[in-house]
Amino acid sequence: MASGGNDMALKKRETDVVIVGLGWVGSIMAAEMTDAGLNVVALERGPDQDTPTDASYPKVIDELAYSIRGKLFQDLSKETVTIRHNPAGVALPYRQQGTFLLGNGVGGAGFHWNGLSWRPLPSDLKLRSHYTERYGSKFIPQGMTIQDHGVSFEELEPFFTRFEEVAGVAGKAGNIKGRLIEGGNKFEGARSKEYPLPPLKKVYGEQLFDKAARSLGYSTFSIPAGNASAPYTNPYGVRLGPCNFCGFCENYGCYMYSKASPQTTILPVLRQRRNFEMRTLAHVTKVNLDSSGKQATGVTYIDAQGNEVEQPARLVILSAFQLHNVRLLLSNIGKPYDPHTGEGVVGRNYAYQMLGSVTVQLPKGTYLNPFIGTGAGGTAIDNYNGDNFDHSGLGFLGGANIGHHRTGGRPIGQTGVAKGEPNWGKGWKGAVSDNYQRSMNLYTQGSVMAYRDTYLDLDPTYKDAFGQPLLRVTFNWHDNDIRMSQYVTNKAAEIAVAMNPSSYTVNAKKIGTPYDTRFYQSTHTTGGAIMGADPKTSVVNRYLQCWDVPNVFVIGASAFPQNIGYNPTGLVGALAYWSANAIRERYLKNPGRPLVEV
Amino acid sequence: MMKKLTRTVLTPLCLAISAAALAATDDAAIMRGEYLARAGDCMACHTAKGGQPYAGGLGLETPIGAVYATNITPDAEHGIGAYSLKDFDKAVRHGIRKDGSTLYPAMPYPSYAKVTDQDIAALYAYFMKGVQPVAEANRDSDIPWPMNMRWPLAFWRWTFAPKVATETGSTPDPQLERGRYLVNGLGHCGSCHTPRGIGMQEKSLTDSDGDHFLAGGAPLEGWVAKSLRGDAHDGLGSWSTEELAQFLKTGRTERTAVFGSMTDVIQHSMQHLTDADRLAIARYLKSLPPVNASPAVKAESNTALQLSRMDVSTPGARTYIDNCMACHRSDGRGYAEVFPALAGNPVLNGKDATSLIHIVLDGGYLPGNQHAPTGYGMPGFAWRLGDQEVADVVSFIRSGWGNSGSPVSPEEVAKQRMQH
Repeated sequence: MASGGNDMALKKRETDVVIVGLGWVGSIMAAEMTDAGLNVVALERGPDQDTPTDASYPKVIDELAYSIRGKLFQDLSKETVTIRHNPAGVALPYRQQGTFLLGNGVGGAGFHWNGLSWRPLPSDLKLRSHYTERYGSKFIPQGMTIQDHGVSFEELEPFFTRFEEVAGVAGKAGNIKGRLIEGGNKFEGARSKEYPLPPLKKVYGEQLFDKAARSLGYSTFSIPAGNASAPYTNPYGVRLGPCNFCGFCENYGCYMYSKASPQTTILPVLRQRRNFEMRTLAHVTKVNLDSSGKQATGVTYIDAQGNEVEQPARLVILSAFQLHNVRLLLSNIGKPYDPHTGEGVVGRNYAYQMLGSVTVQLPKGTYLNPFIGTGAGGTAIDNYNGDNFDHSGLGFLGGANIGHHRTGGRPIGQTGVAKGEPNWGKGWKGAVSDNYQRSMNLYTQGSVMAYRDTYLDLDPTYKDAFGQPLLRVTFNWHDNDIRMSQYVTNKAAEIAVAMNPSSYTVNAKKIGTPYDTRFYQSTHTTGGAIMGADPKTSVVNRYLQCWDVPNVFVIGASAFPQNIGYNPTGLVGALAYWSANAIRERYLKNPGRPLVEV
Repeated sequence: MMKKLTRTVLTPLCLAISAAALAATDDAAIMRGEYLARAGDCMACHTAKGGQPYAGGLGLETPIGAVYATNITPDAEHGIGAYSLKDFDKAVRHGIRKDGSTLYPAMPYPSYAKVTDQDIAALYAYFMKGVQPVAEANRDSDIPWPMNMRWPLAFWRWTFAPKVATETGSTPDPQLERGRYLVNGLGHCGSCHTPRGIGMQEKSLTDSDGDHFLAGGAPLEGWVAKSLRGDAHDGLGSWSTEELAQFLKTGRTERTAVFGSMTDVIQHSMQHLTDADRLAIARYLKSLPPVNASPAVKAESNTALQLSRMDVSTPGARTYIDNCMACHRSDGRGYAEVFPALAGNPVLNGKDATSLIHIVLDGGYLPGNQHAPTGYGMPGFAWRLGDQEVADVVSFIRSGWGNSGSPVSPEEVAKQRMQH
């Protein structure tokens, strides 16, 4: 009776708010809703996790356990997605960790991320209108279904600031209230104030990149990093330690308490609140609706003992990872997207991230000391991101940031050899020791547009351990994004040349290269429950409130109409605070009602 | 004022006042009693881990066997529901149970003897009306016969317990007097921080009674209660009053963090006091003169230099670099209010290294509280370091950066490892 019948379901007492998924968004929403005096129950499918228990030094700096065997990741043997390249194909289950690394447990992917905390460009949030205005209505090709977020950068600004202050982001402003500042990113939207912490120190590779980029006339800046550059107490009173550049950020919990995560920024306060209850190993299977189908009555989950439990709630907040948010909706909320007719909304506009790189081999005798690394500290330029450069005649939309950031020099994954060198035996050993100190990557992290044939739906064949259909991802690279990546990565190669390397290799996808899920690329999957101004083309309104069921809010990267040339977490955090603010200021005065009338 | 109110509740005069007024005064006394129960940290012993508040059950190790704290909820059968104010006073300040037998001096009645009448009355009001009754039976001590006979305890009481009387201050400074009252009375700091004599009695119960007072106790449950006197190298000489008050409030300061048994004192008691009371306690403690006029630890930079050069020629240096330096740093200064400093930390310079060995073996946890929500963990290293390595690294820390603690032997480490 693992999933039980409805007659077997245990029913809990009604709560004001139920939160599904206790990662960044769930923690932010729980903090905001308990602040508003509401009783909150947070359901997390994975175990509880905290720094002293799950990031204890030196046990946590175990590359084999965490990076290779994925100790903190979702167990794909119980729940995964299926993937195919196009709507005519047959999707197969994603059975081994590869292209993206989904988190699990309290803190979610926010416990094992790197900490890059960008804001999008103002134009990123009104993409369709921006390109149409600047280049004319014919500029956006057929089949590209990009659209505006429905909320402006200026409206979100206080909430970007709020998230950065909570996360203790280290960086240097380039634009405060319209005043451009040397050393910061002059392309960024106007900020209301400086970052809460100064930038992390530049490691040697960054210094070399910085010098080369400046010699070409670019103005470089420090990447905003959710790795505290000094001890820092955030607005909740939670204190972060300083980053010690240990090089174990991605895939690990942070034993220094310096990488921003729900554990290091919000949960210490939340755990003390009497109107907050956390239930772990609670796997939500469904949002329950009343007979009209217009109001949610709560959620149903499977607990650790396999019991089916109903948790009634007045307000339901879906704050699981992007893919899981969409899967929950597909079970019974909103009209599923149909790529043949273009109608329906749930699952629409799935997007990903486009990465390119230039591998630079510096002259012998260079000592990069790559083991000195941080998750998010880095140096970048934004000249080729978004629409910061003229796209006329280039044949593509979008862009990428170019930069260098050194996440570490770990013994298994970060001891690569140059192309063509042996990968076994004595030859390999020699190549590793030659390569380790003088090889570095310049990356290009680029946008991916939304298309009519990239979407999410339920798989007709494969089911998870609870008997529920897996989510099916239909995605392949499109020429637009490959052309973008080639263009920007070639610009990165010019910087590589200015570093006077002994050799360099440009790694950009070629037109026609299919999406290969075997290799890690990025966990920045987006869309499927996108936000917008029109219920015909979006699942949630500008406040992340479900058009069809107004007491359900769906928050996360699932709301991005297409993906940006940055890491998504800064925008995800801001959207959560923005939505929470709308709930507190307006929704609660008139609960159950839409915040945007159709 | 408070005295008047309490009296009103407790004398027949209260019959004359209205029921509503009575309830209000009652509530005030109960709230005051609750605060005083926090100041006395009654919960620390009278609540078992994960148990009902004040239902008893926590075991206290004594050299002759464990003694279990009793149920002090107002349950008539198992608790103190049948106690009159007089019975309650007899137990708390005089160490005599309702049945006339003497309490184990694990109950710090020699300190509580200094509590005022009105505070006892408020405590009584709280325990009778502000605490939920719990029907949980008391547990007998593990002390074997014939030591478990209680009548000799009366001799102990006659010999060592002081007369019940509130100390009259020697200074006209009300803040200092308040501090003295809290430290020597309800706070019963001396229970752990004052050395004990041949009869297990605290060698002195007040500052006017010799310089043993709060001069540091023997290890209890693997932790050493440090000297709270003005000694610069191992007492509170290098602390400022404000720093001490902050420590009592949050368990952490710019350079230190609470550990061991004191963690619970902060959590259950000190964090709940008012800023004024914590400052009074800090001022009083800072008024205690040193036993030895030794100079403060003089910081030196050689250790930091050695570690930053990865010079592992000194025993313990290698272990320090591999296990400790990530957080406590090469300069031994840690990070303010995150990871405590080892350089110049008086807790490392005491004669007894038990606490330090203990924390290296088992680790520790600085819990968050209402004033400082973040909890920080120190991992234990027992699984990873041998006795010699622990001895070396502890000796290294006790002598690095100008610290002046004596070296530790692997035998001491082995002995402690067996105990935990």
